[in-house]
This record gives sequence, structure tokens and C-alpha cells, in this order.
Amino acid sequence: MDFLIFQVPMLTVQAVLDGLLLGILFALIAYGMALQWGVMNIINIAQGDLVILGGYIAYFMYLYGIHPAWGVIVSPIIMYFVGVIIYKLVINKVVDRDLFISILATFGISILFMQLMNFAFGADVVLANSGYGTTMLFDNSVTLPNSKIFSAFISIVFAIGLVIYMKKSKLGRAIRATAQNARAAKILGVDTEKVYAATFGINAALCGVAGALISITFTIHPYMGLPYTIRSFMIVIVAGLGNLPGVAMSGMGLGVFEEFADYILGTEFRIGSVFLLLVLILVYRRFKLSKKREYLK
Amino acid sequence: MKIKNIIITFVSAIAILFSTSVVSLAKVVGDKIILGAAISLTGKYSSNGVHTQNGYNMAVDRINSMGGVKVGGKTYMFDIIYYDDESNPKRAAQLAERLISQDGVEFMLGPYSSGLTKAIAPVTEKYGVPMVEANGASRSLFTKGYKYLFAVLAPANLYLDVAIRTAVELNGGKGVRIAQAFEQDAFSQDVRLGILDAAKETGSKIIIDDKLPKELNDMAATLAKVKATKPDVLVVSGHTKGALTAIRQIAEMKVDVPMLAMTHCDAAKLSKQHGANSQYALCASQWHKTLTYKDDFFTDGMTYDADFTKEFGYAPPYQAAESSAALLVFKDAFERAGSFDQKKVRDALAATNMQTFYGNIKFAEGGQNVDKPMVLFQVMCDDAGKCENKVVAPLKWASAELIHPIPKWSER
Repeated sequence: MDFLIFQVPMLTVQAVLDGLLLGILFALIAYGMALQWGVMNIINIAQGDLVILGGYIAYFMYLYGIHPAWGVIVSPIIMYFVGVIIYKLVINKVVDRDLFISILATFGISILFMQLMNFAFGADVVLANSGYGTTMLFDNSVTLPNSKIFSAFISIVFAIGLVIYMKKSKLGRAIRATAQNARAAKILGVDTEKVYAATFGINAALCGVAGALISITFTIHPYMGLPYTIRSFMIVIVAGLGNLPGVAMSGMGLGVFEEFADYILGTEFRIGSVFLLLVLILVYRRFKLSKKREYLK
Repeated sequence: MKIKNIIITFVSAIAILFSTSVVSLAKVVGDKIILGAAISLTGKYSSNGVHTQNGYNMAVDRINSMGGVKVGGKTYMFDIIYYDDESNPKRAAQLAERLISQDGVEFMLGPYSSGLTKAIAPVTEKYGVPMVEANGASRSLFTKGYKYLFAVLAPANLYLDVAIRTAVELNGGKGVRIAQAFEQDAFSQDVRLGILDAAKETGSKIIIDDKLPKELNDMAATLAKVKATKPDVLVVSGHTKGALTAIRQIAEMKVDVPMLAMTHCDAAKLSKQHGANSQYALCASQWHKTLTYKDDFFTDGMTYDADFTKEFGYAPPYQAAESSAALLVFKDAFERAGSFDQKKVRDALAATNMQTFYGNIKFAEGGQNVDKPMVLFQVMCDDAGKCENKVVAPLKWASAELIHPIPKWSER
């Protein structure tokens, strides 16, 4: 039964399409993580919780009769400020420190956010209905929820928008300069403190978009953030830092990988297989590095 | 420094005073019977934890206002000490320990969920403290030989048993093809075992048997398999998350299946969150307000529903109803035992045979309630999109006829 996917060819098409659409959404979250990791050298464990918080914003709009799709505009705006506030309160104290300190700090933020969301919004699983209907392909044997297509489309729009912003705008250039060499950028008059705050804010805003999309496509719950953190960590590791096209590719790859793992190994191994892949890739990287000759710095 | 010392002494003195006063509050003091409960007021089970607490409180108020508990010619009132277990089994076990050894509680009420009950049961067993629980249905609770554990609810393996038997009956007694997806937790896996038993007895075949991880919010792969294999029955159990995800994706992927059976529909507020998309889903429930069981305190299901709604502002899910029933069982046992001796109360509990608004209660050797069948309701919506849960099985309590097979999405 586990190999049903090879007996019914349309399932393969379904798996690939589902995986790609899902992967694009993952890539958007990973994109934010890669950005702040690259610029500030911070691995944000609270990434998934920011996503869920963004989802709640869209959910509350839905609850008050506004179409949740507007969440993709409102949620990033609110989340940007949430991000900046977190930066001012906590992150700016750990930004130049050891990576371990920042992991601990964001881990703390993650727990705090989970509990606060649980306290404020309750422990119920909720979702926002977009009423977008379904696209059917190949005589109804492959179905794609329009909400997933919408999510992927919006993710692409935001990702492209951000790339352009990074290239063209003054702040974008300052962010890139800081990522390359924070000290040099500072000497040349870049206010790195402001750049860091903006970077963290942009990351939170991206999480806000992704969260709004997740509340439309899946379900949200205060304790559901961690899998998103792990997936985006995984995507960034595979792609390598500073490799934005790589993030998109590895995001989609991970999405398809998950779907196939689900069909072949069983649903229970879906998330487990992501961990397994992470381990394998890290071992492979290590192996490759050990073969490479490098001069001592 | 001196001031600091004085403050510390003062604070510790107050702390000691408080701790001794808590001890003196406990057990049976004056005219009070003090029960202990660790409940999930925060954490992931907090919404169901609150339903449980509201159910307990409602019953305490009702029993006290209607004359309390009469033991040995004297009248006693119920009182409950609550602690928040944070939805964490380790914490729950610690709190049970604290309730018994520090607060001196001699009788316990159960927490919410099978997992937490499993954590607490060894503690109450160790101290010989009778516990009546209303929210732990996992079969493994009743096979460990616990002597002091009593559950007013039907065990988890019976949740969807009725659905499979109904499907077989509608299929002319022939076995059916079943697709199932269960979360990997104690409760859902027990529901699964029940389906396996029912399938074996009826000659049904299980063609898809997926296990859902705890973090899951995407069932697309399972549902694509269901679409490809066209089973007669699809069974899903994964708490509220599973129910909500399944309905959303079944509607989005237009999965046609003649029968859809699940758990946790009312806790998930399925019809409210999904409207007409949830129509025709069959849901297992411990209780429904239209059942005609009766007792002296809450009269019947409809009255309970109305009273609870008036007091707490929302309709009672079955988690609240069964929690209220636990107090009725305790009252009955105390009065029959005529004593607060833990052993005598335990024996009286074991001999319980009563009817409450929630259902008949009679405990088997293992502590599970064997006298109350599960009910199945079906979500039915009118043309305006207003949905209601109507009992369709067992036939004795059915308030509507089962709609079978579920109309195809193209015809809805």
C-alpha cells in the first residue's frame, strides 16, 4: 500500500504539485531566516512562532468579517513593528555575541510567544476560510486548492519584491553592506543599529505574510510554530547562507521531498524525514569540507 | 541589611502560615468534603481543561445547593482544590503528589486527557486515593489493574466502533473497505485499535492506515490516496486539529467518500468553523443533549444544556457533561459507603450502578464505564447554511435518519 504512488501515476503529479506549492511557502519563511542569519548572525528559533502570530492576525480579520486574504497586507505591517520591538528589547543585546547566546535568547522568545498566544487567543485550533474553491486537473484526478495556489503566488510576489528592494533601495543596500562587513559599513556611515532593527522587522514581516497564508491554507495553533522553524532552518542549511535562489530551490525541493516521504514511508515519517535529511546533509557537508584544502585564517 | 532580613522572616512566616492553613483545609473538614484536581488551565489542553473545570464547578454548585452529601446522618458540602498542570504530564503527577501528601486530599477528580490521567493514576493508586475521572478514555488506563481509578466515560476503542458496524449493516452485512488516519497519541491509537477489532469481526478490510504526526496540519497525501482507492468509509481521529484539517482538505480536494467518521467534532466547533463543508460528517460523542437519560440534579440533557449555557455563556461540549457526572458518582458513592474511609468509598464506587443525565454508569473490573454506549451524530445543514448535530446512532436515541451515502461534491 505504501507504494500506491507508483501504481497510480496521477498521484505522482499530485505529490509534485502539492510539494512545490508547499515548498514555495516554506521558502518564504526560510528567506527571512536566511536574511537575518546572514546579516546579524542570529538563528531565530522563534521564527515559527512569528509565523503563527502573523496567522492569528489574519484569523482575527476573518473573524471580524474582513476577507483573510487582506491579511497578507495587514499582517506584515503589524509584524514589522513586532519585529522591531523584539529587536529593541532583546536581540540588540545578543547581536554581537556568540551564536549560542542568540539561540538561547530566541528560544526564550519562542516559549514566551507560545504561552502569550495561548493565553491571549486560547488553545483552540483555528483557521480562516478564504472560500477560493478548487482547481481540478486531468479529469478531476488531480485537485489543487486555489488557496494553495494563491499562497504560492503571494509568496513569489513578496520574494521578488524583496530581492528588488534589496538591490535598489538605500536601506536594502545598507543591509547588504552590513552583511558583508558590519565594521566597514559602520565606518562608511551606515547606521548598523538601524539596519539590524530593520532586518529583524523585515524578517518578522515575511513571517507575517507566511502566517496569513498558512491560516488560509492550513490551520494555526499557538504551539504549532516549531515545525516551521525547523523547516526553514533546514532550507537555509541546504541552500547555504547568502544564496537566495538556492533558498527558493531548496524550499521547493523540501516540499516535494516531504510529499514523497509521506506517500512512500508513511505520514508518520513526514516530519521525521526532514530531520533525517538534515542530518544526512550536514554529514555530507562535513565530509566534503574535510576533503577541501583550505589555508588557515 | 537588617530591613532585608526582617522582610525575609516576615515573608517566610506568612508562607508557613499559608501552607499550614492549606493542610488544615484539606480532607473532610467540618461539613466540607474536599476533592483535589489537577487540570490543564494553561498549555495546549487549556480549552478542554476549562470545559472540565466548568463541568466540575457546575455539579459542585448544584449538589451543594440541593442539600449536599449525606453521610452518617450529617450533611456535607463539596469543595475542590484546583491546580494548573500546564498540560504537562510530569507536572500533573507532581501536583497529584502534592494534593495528596501536602494538602492531604483523600479523594481526587481526574484531569483532562488520557495522557495526563495516565500520569496521575500511578500516584493515586500508590496512596490508595479513589479517583473518579471523566476525560481519560484510553484503553490502556483500564488494563493496568488499577483499583482506585473509575472513569465515567466509555473507553476510546468504542468511539468509532458504531460507525464501522453501521457501515457494514448498510452494506447488507458484507465487510466494507476502510481508509483510516490517526494521530500518534494514546487516545487516537486506541480509537484505531477499536476500528481494527471491528474490522476483524465484520470481515472488513483496511486499505489505508496512516498515522498522523502531532504537528500535522496537512493531510493532502492521505486524502489523495483516499481519492485513488475509493474506500467505503474514511475514519479520521486526531483531536480538534485532525477534524478541522480533514474537513478543510476534503472539501478543497473534493474527496468523495460514502461515509466519513471522526472524533472531536464538537470540541473543534466543526460546523461553526467550516459551515456547510462539514455537512454529513459522522462524529463520535460521549454525550449529546438530546439523549433521554435522567437524574434528580440536572433533570436531563436538554436542561443541563440550558443551565450550563446560562451560567458559562456557551453550550456544553461532552467534556463538560461527563465532568459534571463524575461529581454525581462521588456523591452517590459517599452516601452508599456511609463513611469517608477510602477503602469503603472505593468499594462503593466499584459497586456503582446509577443513571445520570449523562448516561448510565456501572464500572467494569478495570474501572471503565461499560453501561453507556457512544453515540454518533451527523452534521446536518439547512439551505441557509445553518448546521446542527443530530444523533443518528444508536437507533434508540436517533433524532434524525443517517444520510448515506454522502452526496458527491459535484452534486452538492
